[in-house]
Amino acid sequence: MTRDVPEHPDWLWSSPEPKRSYDVVIVGGGGHGLATAYYLAKNHGITDVAVLERGWLAGGNMARNTTIIRSNYLWDESAGIYEHALKLWEGLEDDLGYPILFSQRGVLNLAHSLQDVRDSVRRVHANRLNGVDAEWLTPEEVKEVCPIVNVSPDVRYPVLGATYQPRAGIAKHDYVAWGFARAAAAMGVHLIENCEVTGVEVADGRVQAVQTTRGRIAAGTVALSAAGHSSVVAATAGVELPVQTHPLQALVSELLEPVHPTVVMSNAVHVYVSQAHKGELVMGAGIDPYNSYRQRGAFHIIERQMSAALELFPIFARAHVLRTWAGIVDVTPDASPVVGTTPVDGLLVNCGWGTGGFKATPGVGWCYAHTIAHGEPHPLNAPFSLERFTTGALVDEHGAAAVAH
Amino acid sequence: MTSRRMTGWQGEPVRFRFDGRDYEGVRGDTLASALLANGVRTVAASPALGRPRGIYAAWTEEPNALVRYGVEPMAQATTLDLAEGLDATSLRGRGRLSEEPDTGRYDAVYAHCDVLVVGAGPAGIAAATAAAETGARVIIADDRPIAGGSLPDTAETVGGVPGAEWAAATLAALDDRPDVRVLSRTSVFGYYDDNHLVAVERRGVDAYSRERVWRIRARRVVLATGAHERPIAFAGNDRPGVMLAASARAYVNRHGVLPGERAVVFTTNDSAYAAARDLAAAGVEIAAIVDTRETAGPAPDGAEVLAGHVVTAVGGEEGVTSVTVSASDREDRDDREIEADLLLVSGGWNPLVHLFSQAGGELRHDDGIGSFVPGSVRQAVEVAGAARGVFTLAGCLEDGAAAGARAAEAAGFRVESVFETPGTPAEEPAAPAGHLWLVPSADYGTHFVDLQRDVTVADVMKATGAGLRSVEHVKRYTTAGTAHDQGKLSGVLTSAVVGHALGLPLADLGTTTFRAPYVPVGFATLAGRDRGALHDPVRTTSLHEWHVVYGAPFENVGQWKRPWYYPRAGEDMEAAVLRECHAVRTAVGAMDASTLGKIDVQGPDAAEFLDRIYTNMMSTLKVGAIRYGVMCRPDGMVFDDGTVIRLADDRFLVTTTTGNAAAVLDWMEEWLQTEWPQLRVYCTSVTEHWATVALAGPGSRDVLAGLAPGLAVDAASFPFMTWRDTEVAGLAARVCRISFSGELAYEINVNAWDGLALWEAVMGTGVVTPYGTETMHVLRAEKGYPIVGQDTDGTVTPADLGMDWVVSKKKPDFIGKRSFARADTSRPDRKHLVGLLPADAGRLLPEGAHLVETSTLPEPPVPTLGHVTSSYRSAVLDSTFALALVSGGRDRMGEVLYVPLGDEQVPVTVTSHILYDPEGARRDG
Amino acid sequence: MLLIPCPWCGPRDEAEFHYGGQAHVAYPENPAALSDEEWARYLFFRDNPKGRFAERWNHTAGCRRWFNAVRNTATNEIEAREVTA
Repeated sequence: MTRDVPEHPDWLWSSPEPKRSYDVVIVGGGGHGLATAYYLAKNHGITDVAVLERGWLAGGNMARNTTIIRSNYLWDESAGIYEHALKLWEGLEDDLGYPILFSQRGVLNLAHSLQDVRDSVRRVHANRLNGVDAEWLTPEEVKEVCPIVNVSPDVRYPVLGATYQPRAGIAKHDYVAWGFARAAAAMGVHLIENCEVTGVEVADGRVQAVQTTRGRIAAGTVALSAAGHSSVVAATAGVELPVQTHPLQALVSELLEPVHPTVVMSNAVHVYVSQAHKGELVMGAGIDPYNSYRQRGAFHIIERQMSAALELFPIFARAHVLRTWAGIVDVTPDASPVVGTTPVDGLLVNCGWGTGGFKATPGVGWCYAHTIAHGEPHPLNAPFSLERFTTGALVDEHGAAAVAH
Repeated sequence: MTSRRMTGWQGEPVRFRFDGRDYEGVRGDTLASALLANGVRTVAASPALGRPRGIYAAWTEEPNALVRYGVEPMAQATTLDLAEGLDATSLRGRGRLSEEPDTGRYDAVYAHCDVLVVGAGPAGIAAATAAAETGARVIIADDRPIAGGSLPDTAETVGGVPGAEWAAATLAALDDRPDVRVLSRTSVFGYYDDNHLVAVERRGVDAYSRERVWRIRARRVVLATGAHERPIAFAGNDRPGVMLAASARAYVNRHGVLPGERAVVFTTNDSAYAAARDLAAAGVEIAAIVDTRETAGPAPDGAEVLAGHVVTAVGGEEGVTSVTVSASDREDRDDREIEADLLLVSGGWNPLVHLFSQAGGELRHDDGIGSFVPGSVRQAVEVAGAARGVFTLAGCLEDGAAAGARAAEAAGFRVESVFETPGTPAEEPAAPAGHLWLVPSADYGTHFVDLQRDVTVADVMKATGAGLRSVEHVKRYTTAGTAHDQGKLSGVLTSAVVGHALGLPLADLGTTTFRAPYVPVGFATLAGRDRGALHDPVRTTSLHEWHVVYGAPFENVGQWKRPWYYPRAGEDMEAAVLRECHAVRTAVGAMDASTLGKIDVQGPDAAEFLDRIYTNMMSTLKVGAIRYGVMCRPDGMVFDDGTVIRLADDRFLVTTTTGNAAAVLDWMEEWLQTEWPQLRVYCTSVTEHWATVALAGPGSRDVLAGLAPGLAVDAASFPFMTWRDTEVAGLAARVCRISFSGELAYEINVNAWDGLALWEAVMGTGVVTPYGTETMHVLRAEKGYPIVGQDTDGTVTPADLGMDWVVSKKKPDFIGKRSFARADTSRPDRKHLVGLLPADAGRLLPEGAHLVETSTLPEPPVPTLGHVTSSYRSAVLDSTFALALVSGGRDRMGEVLYVPLGDEQVPVTVTSHILYDPEGARRDG
Repeated sequence: MLLIPCPWCGPRDEAEFHYGGQAHVAYPENPAALSDEEWARYLFFRDNPKGRFAERWNHTAGCRRWFNAVRNTATNEIEAREVTA
């Protein structure tokens, strides 16, 4: 096998038959579901837990995202949960005993207009107040961090500077999922693949069980963690969620010798790029505009992304797109997630992460496990309630400064 | 090295270098065929293990022979045309991006057709011909330089002539038809919804564009993409000299190259026998045919056939020197070593279902073929020939013709005559193929599954041993199928090995997902022409050239280029802006305001419509008057602002911010069309129709009077917030008395064609200072006028901006009104727009800096009170100043807050956001 | 790239259109009469089915007209169309 990636452990997880009943059923065996199961077991001693996955474990957005990890969000509420996640990332490899290839190579968010600059500086200052490492870099400093970025003033939208979070970076998505899965399974959590939840049973305002393609499974608590399919599952319990499901595409190049030392994101010239450990360039851009559950986007989105990439990185001209794919992401009106209780007793929801869920994996797993264990939110996910859409207390992360990915 | 070129093979010589050594090939060679012709066996080291690797295949499925050359970071030697002077270097798994700029040009073409045929092999050519006969518009695309699919490889005859000749002649005839387009060297790499397919055409260095992308919309598609011969996993199957049987046949027939001298053939099926015959005829000695089946086929002359045997080992570190074979199912294995320098492998054939699968088609396992074939599909697509498991030449021709006719018929054309397929030589009916994916062994350490990723059967078994059962997991655990070739050869093999390890049938495991692009496609190819200045359109005003001549740096505002400031010799930005500000405050200045969005709103219900769209009342506006207005989203947050001028009872001209012009027009149209279709209102964008010059400052009245002698300019005749149609500098003009600076000011609007003449007339007075967007920003900030998008961010209500006065109390409803009553929007501690004066009057606060309450910064997290939205030096205030959104700001007047900047806590005093001329004394001059 | 049947212009590439989300969500007749919960539903909650979905499109790069279509969000197939009333 190739030696540019670490050796995996000889044992990951088993595939038990589902029991008829669990204390907690987590719907969705992606990164969030697995992390939640892990922290339920580890932090709260709750191990009578099943994670139900409709396909193969972590085969949805966890396997499809571009693995960017950062916590430099604008609003205090967001910074709270993402920075909690980043601190957990920093110890995760040891915690899980699994090589997750967490690389704190920094993230640059480029600014291309005077308003971009204002918004970026605003975010840097907000980050510092929240204890999030953040710097504002001039174009020359951008060039020092990432020499291949084109900072020439003679382009359509020149780079006017960038925010830089040195502690940000990337990790290997599959290994993160497998690390959580292996550790959760070792503590007794059941990981059930090829088990699609087709309905949530509710009686007298309280959750009773889930119906699955592998039979009925009773549960004290049902915790949704189903990303793009959240609406579909919640609807079976009569719960409506303020999310819309969209395709989000990404792509990789062939393996290349190291050329890109950090992560670069640009909202105005819309693309984000890193170079993974094996050497492939990993890139993404915006969502496809229409609702869809088909894990397939349209190609003009990719073409547009290539033109953006070459504006920033002329050296990529002769690189090749090797593979494209799409996930389906659940997007909320304020580009912030929903994590907490629902009108149905015992039914909890974690959804609406849109394009940004990977980076939150350990943080949301930690907080969601707390919410499950206590029946009420952890202080860090309390602002992300469903009620905020009624009161108007949104956490609007696509307004001014935020990069939603 | 000895030449392996067949004697008598003609070709213009081509010189090239590989890994620093000089060689010679012939025109028509690929780099791979030329290397083989020169006897080069080892072309690369494997990426992880460093094992020597040779050429394994003959086209895009090649896993080993990767090279770089020129600015090309990675290419397959098997698809690379040999060009004079080519200087290629072998790669060990990873490409290298060149520092040299790419000088290539790239294009894109849109094409529509009734029937798109992918692949110009026998099935594709037959399909295209059958479809074209009906009169359908046909495009046939083929990825190779010479069409015919496998025909040039097999040298079979069609209609009594060599197949390659038949293919060329038939395609040429097709190309002559007006409704047929033949695309060669064109790889269809993506199949998207609603029969949208994307292809890349490699036009070569001499063409205007090196490569171009075809974006094809087809009513019907015929996929005639052929099949890949599949490898078998056995010990040492990666040694140079191990090659797919059909690929070796291709090197002989297509390129006149003998890939070895003495060959062993290892096969599960009849097709390798034909390869063996061709190689033998060309002069390669066939030492033995090792057939996994108990009943073997007829051998070519002199070759020994070992039925029921497998290859158990390969001798030779640097390349095959011997092949060890053994009876497969016997206890007393009689290993036998056969001397050979070439080992041809055929594990059967995998139909190329990639595009079909991309189209959303379901695959089904075919037990006869032992692999996956197209099943059901929702898109308008047919599959023909080897791509659906038809492996005979006659069968492919017939299948293709039928598919082409079906496609044309489904696209609405009448099939009048059945296309008669040309005759082919009689073929022996093939004996049933055996299915063997791997040769069982006690040690799977050199049974390679993915040569390019150095993944072995042992690696796959480690993955299944770790508990993994999904082929997707195994792919990720081992990285099999993730190299440049995207598992063209290794994909199904990996599934089969997983099945072997888990004791599950291949049919149950399926494959990993087939994803676009089918072949790697260059970034620059896809970016096409949308680069540099064409990355996004540039919009300029009719005065633009003047700004350029006068040295203004430009600010990008949306797609517009706006003059930022006009530096004089020796001035930096700060000095220029202060001078411009001073000129407006004390004399007169002019700005190009043409980029403001302008929408002509007409109709009997226009006033009612604007009442619903704006937060304030517009229906009470008198003809001839102007009103400032704010519009909100339904959530109550400010969306845009601008002025509304009433031209007639049923006609208004609405101005928007520069960046939001299109969004506001879309917004109006959406409400009109989808919510209020009963309103008789028509909206037209007139932004580009007008040029607008803002004339501001106490001297503006005199300047205007001089330029517009027919206009009564005194304050009584031409009051604030009114407009007049008149002539300015002899040009028909509409003059609005509005001010964004607090000074006496006018906006002069003329036909865009006259913009430059107006501007030059204004400048010709000799007393007017041109000013740019930065000065405009400073002047408006001194007056506390917010800029939407700078002082607001989508979370700010009109009340937050201190603009209760712009929110009508009388109207029963308008967009956003209901939201003002929500709990969060009526909180007293919302962020309000306020002014800030630093304690140090010379200290310029950075825009984006935050505010806290305490003079020493506590440990994080520190809740922010808000942030600085605008900050400037002033020509009229005694201090720098800023605008900020501050929690409960209006209740903090006079309070000292702190701006943390590095180690400093910079004290600032909260003031009203209106810092200059709060009583508005200056607007009348 | 979907092929979207504009009722006025005929089938055109998706890139010519602007998406408008769920169809048939009318602006409330009297927003002031709604509770905060009801108003929040109007503002922020839209159906998100996997399957048939009545949705709005605007042919922005063509006739600029809005229209409704029914598309299957599981397959992206547009099943029928109707003109906005």
